[in-house]
Amino acid sequence: MQTAHSPIWPGVLGRFTWHDLPFVRAWENPTASEMIGAAAASLVIIGFVVTVTLLTRHRAWGRLLEWVTSLDHKKIGIMYVVIALVMLSRALVEAVLMRMQQAAAVGDPGFLSSDHFSQLFSTHGSIMIFFMAMPFLTGVINYVMPLQIGARDMAFPWANSVALSLTGGGAILMMVSLVIGKFSTGGWSGYPPYTGLAFSPDVGPDYWIWAVTLGSIGSTLSGINIACTIFKFRAPGMTYMRMPLFCWTSLCTSILMIFAMPPLTVATALLALDRYLGFHFFTNDLGGNMMNYANLFWLFGHPEVYILILPAFGIYSEVVSTFSSKELYGYVSLVLATMAIAVLSFTVWLHHFFTMGQSANINAVFGIATMTIGVPTGVKIYDWIWTMFRGEVRFTVPMLYSLAFMITFVIGGFTGIILAIPPLDYVFHNTLFLVAHFHNMLIPGLLYGLLAGYTYWFPKAFGFRLNERWGRIAFGCWVAGFYLAFMPLYVLGASGMARRTHEIFQPDFRPWLYVAGFGALVLLAALAALIVQLVVSIRERDANRVFAGDPWDGRGLEWSTSAPPPEYNFAVIPHVDGRDPFYDGKRKDGYYQRHVAYGAIEMPRNSISGVVIGLGATAASFGLVWHMWWLAGLSMQLVLSALIARSFVRGSHRTISAAEVTATEHRWHAALDADRPTPRACELSQRNTGLAEIPA
Amino acid sequence: MTQPSLRHAGINLGGTQEDPNADAESGIFGFWMFLMSDAVIFALLFAIYGTAVAATAGGPTPRSEFKLDSALIETLLLLTSSLTVGMGVLAMKYDATRRPVFAWMGVTLALGIAFLFMEWHDFSTMFSHGAYPTRSAFLSSFFALVPLHGLHVLAGCIWMLVMGAQVLAYGFDTRVKINILRLSLFWHFLDVIWIAILTVVYLQGHVS
Repeated sequence: MQTAHSPIWPGVLGRFTWHDLPFVRAWENPTASEMIGAAAASLVIIGFVVTVTLLTRHRAWGRLLEWVTSLDHKKIGIMYVVIALVMLSRALVEAVLMRMQQAAAVGDPGFLSSDHFSQLFSTHGSIMIFFMAMPFLTGVINYVMPLQIGARDMAFPWANSVALSLTGGGAILMMVSLVIGKFSTGGWSGYPPYTGLAFSPDVGPDYWIWAVTLGSIGSTLSGINIACTIFKFRAPGMTYMRMPLFCWTSLCTSILMIFAMPPLTVATALLALDRYLGFHFFTNDLGGNMMNYANLFWLFGHPEVYILILPAFGIYSEVVSTFSSKELYGYVSLVLATMAIAVLSFTVWLHHFFTMGQSANINAVFGIATMTIGVPTGVKIYDWIWTMFRGEVRFTVPMLYSLAFMITFVIGGFTGIILAIPPLDYVFHNTLFLVAHFHNMLIPGLLYGLLAGYTYWFPKAFGFRLNERWGRIAFGCWVAGFYLAFMPLYVLGASGMARRTHEIFQPDFRPWLYVAGFGALVLLAALAALIVQLVVSIRERDANRVFAGDPWDGRGLEWSTSAPPPEYNFAVIPHVDGRDPFYDGKRKDGYYQRHVAYGAIEMPRNSISGVVIGLGATAASFGLVWHMWWLAGLSMQLVLSALIARSFVRGSHRTISAAEVTATEHRWHAALDADRPTPRACELSQRNTGLAEIPA
Repeated sequence: MTQPSLRHAGINLGGTQEDPNADAESGIFGFWMFLMSDAVIFALLFAIYGTAVAATAGGPTPRSEFKLDSALIETLLLLTSSLTVGMGVLAMKYDATRRPVFAWMGVTLALGIAFLFMEWHDFSTMFSHGAYPTRSAFLSSFFALVPLHGLHVLAGCIWMLVMGAQVLAYGFDTRVKINILRLSLFWHFLDVIWIAILTVVYLQGHVS
């Protein structure tokens, strides 16, 4: 007999049943939990329909295609950041739901089923790491780094497009899991044997496996691309020790990506072999050993922490130096500290499972290694403080984020030292103390940094400044919200409340959970303020244009172009003779030198094949999740064909004619000549048109 | 693009080395980095194999399954193919006519396919003893490591066919040359991995 639980058409639709639709589940069992699931699915569908309608009404499909097929590092960077912000919105809403559930669930089942709650903490973590943080930092590096080293594009523009579409495909898969089927309940780290076939036979872990795999392959490609660009495409005179610090942190991050993403790929691939072909890597029987998974996952997972944090350190270095109008203090020590952190990050992975049965001596070694990382990090904090010392500090939004970071991150670092001591970890592990700790590292150490970078470089990318007032409101909410939401979790964790708890039986926890819940709402308000800021800024864009390109009296080469920069970045590749080439250069006469005529420039043409590969891989993953073998097979063939077809393409570059380059450059120089230089005191007013006044 | 001033020592783009080296330098360098991350994948699979080699769960053991004679033939096939692919690249550098390049690459391809047939034969012999990957963690890790190398060889063979078609279509233009160089790097890399497989898997299995 057909029921909602039996496969509809197994040959074509695999294991899909009507029961996999959240609407059907909500119809059959109209609890609050199922209704929320159905509402979330509706939001995805409505969002999709609205996007399609708007694109059609504004006849914008052509422009969308122009963007997604672009190989321009700047457009790719912006698209990464768009993915990150969309995914941030979803994962933040999920966080609020979890906080509300826990606040409501003291001695009460609350409004979410335990299964739904588990899906929420799994998607929240997976999205925040793989589809918010990773695309955000990859996007900012993509946009800024080539401009900073004086290059016209990345080393492999086409691979860049493939990496973007793979990451985007993973994000699509995450969104699809809201509408069809359900997500893993195994957390963002997906530990087997729980996520193995024996305990989780449903589609959830498969969604997790393939979404994460797409993301990790994309990140490996990005890492190779970023590292190769920095090694091989620096402008003449840009020696390693003259690179802006953001380039150094990008380089270290990309090296970490090259070495640390493969362990994740291996972990998910072996878990997939267990689940699909009945292998015995991590099963309980026939010799399987889940410790191998824990080691593989954290061999990725710990360097990943520094993949996330190092770019933010680079952004803070740029921001603090620019807004203090001072050379970065201790440049060499910052470079060495960055490299030291990158190397040490591979020596501490075991502290993620102190309690899983190693000898005390092994725990001691890894505990000491963990604490050692605090040393180079401390060096960095002092360097930033000394950079501000006796500088003319301007408290702009990026600078505010940097200051909030320095204080908050140090608190997080202290709690990290506590957790790095194995005997204490035995007490605190698996409690909310840990949850509070890593949010205390990642929110200031990643989110504040990327938001600072977003605010700082936004005028460069779009040609107008973001609204300062809404930026400050968003900043205030992000900081207040963080403290309200996570400081109570330290208390709760130290009192013994386990993480990922669906229902709480200790009435003493209630006030702390209320405070944390309120903090989550403040964080949601911060996101809303960020959206309002964007809308307001776009409306007022004409009053805040900075076409001349240097709104903050910047230091690196990225500020020496118009805003937004021309497609080719630099009409003439600059020669670099110092650490702050643009800051020092514009203080000499005739830096903005106008040439009579410029040469023609070759840039890569758009290519559809990257998108085809990304969407093909996504469709193949979807087919694998649902056991639609025909779809998986056909899509993989499509990916392979697109790869081979691309290798046959010749003439993949187009030439921007000398006349066009000359016209573009002359238009910019005309604006420079017409602009009134802005003194720093007026940089937040509409007088700032992007030409910095040089104080005598 | 900026023009990197260094020339890559390993690039045999032309006898006089006057071809545009810029694309080649970053292109080959990036491929080295890809090989590095691929090497990490193999290193981890070797580590997993090392932890699982004793976990036979009462099933087939390394000693009962591994045949040194076929492993020796496979080694000879692959090592010879590394020589021939190197000769093919040298022919491309100094001769740049199709015939010698096709001849060396054809031999390489034939050796690669022969290797794959040998390997498939090994696997089917193991299957006939009931040595399936689903039998134990030892066999799982064996069948993740060794066939992954085989899949790489298969990918190399397909890549070689594609490059043959490109030579027919475009002759030896810069992109074809860079990609043949990458292919030869890939092929040598697979040789290195195989030597590790021979040592860690087959020889160790035999002496244990």
